[in-house]
Amino acid sequence: MAKFKKKGGKGTPAISTASLPDIIFMLLFFFMVTTTMREATLLVAVTPPQATEVQKLEKKSLVDYIYIGPPLRKVFGTESRIQLNDQFATDIKEVREFVELGRSQRDESEKKLITISLKVNKDTRMGIVTDVKQELREVGAFKINYSTAKRAIAKK
Amino acid sequence: MARPVNEINAGSMADIAFLLLIFFLVTTTMDVDTGITRKLPPPPPEDVDPPKVKDRNIFKVLVNKNDRLLLNGKPGDISMLRIMAKEFLNNGNLSSNLSPEDMPEKKSVEIPLLGGEIWVSKGIISLKNDRGTSYNMYIQVQNELAAGIRELRDELSNEYFGMRFDQLADQDKIKAVQKAVPVAISEAEPEDIGGN
Repeated sequence: MAKFKKKGGKGTPAISTASLPDIIFMLLFFFMVTTTMREATLLVAVTPPQATEVQKLEKKSLVDYIYIGPPLRKVFGTESRIQLNDQFATDIKEVREFVELGRSQRDESEKKLITISLKVNKDTRMGIVTDVKQELREVGAFKINYSTAKRAIAKK
Repeated sequence: MARPVNEINAGSMADIAFLLLIFFLVTTTMDVDTGITRKLPPPPPEDVDPPKVKDRNIFKVLVNKNDRLLLNGKPGDISMLRIMAKEFLNNGNLSSNLSPEDMPEKKSVEIPLLGGEIWVSKGIISLKNDRGTSYNMYIQVQNELAAGIRELRDELSNEYFGMRFDQLADQDKIKAVQKAVPVAISEAEPEDIGGN
């Protein structure tokens, strides 16, 4: 008994901090994995419409985004515009170049699997969306996804 | 003479780290991209006339620039769309090629998992919108049509495999149901009807 008493008497023993870096790395890795980096800074305001029949977009590496909405900065006007990568598209034909560019960045086997995600503001008129869709058809990018937020299904 | 440096008590560090972790866990919204996936048709060949489709096989959905609906020639409401689309695409008896006069015709398709040769409705929903239609309305229409098709698939899947369509794990079964209830939505070539 006396043996134990002797030891416990003097202050608290230092706790090993050797595992602290592990914890920090865990944190770091966690956020590295979960954070999805937005490739482009948004220049247009996009509030997606809501829908109930939504599907998850798989394989993010095979998705290219086209944003359509009113510009965030009022100097560019209030009319909806198309944003490809980091710029406004000045001409509808630029959609083709955008798709081609996306294809050239992928492997041959993946080219058929590229999905174009249309992130369109809900108040945008269909005209501009139809134009983009026509361009996509012309250039052979048939897989598209209308980006929508999930709406909870109302109980009946 | 240097004094021995006291070790800093780091026992609570882990708590701080966990606090941080929990804080970020709560605040991060992992934005899962969701949306309605559709396949665009290839551009129509120039010298070929579009195939003629019988009137009874088409369910026309028109959306004008004021977001009003015209369903088969009658003004309609978005809440009716799902039921009407379901009724139109519904294919009660898979084993018979008979269908009422006002319902779409059927064509025979070989699907072994659903019992060999079955008759699939030839019905097509034709969706036409104006350039001035709002995107929101367009999505709502697409959503209702998708919901109608999903419900039909669920019913069929329940009947044959005893579970909902989205619960099916077997790729062959999924394919079979998809074949029996295809996403028969056709979008008209764009026309400028009402201006912006």
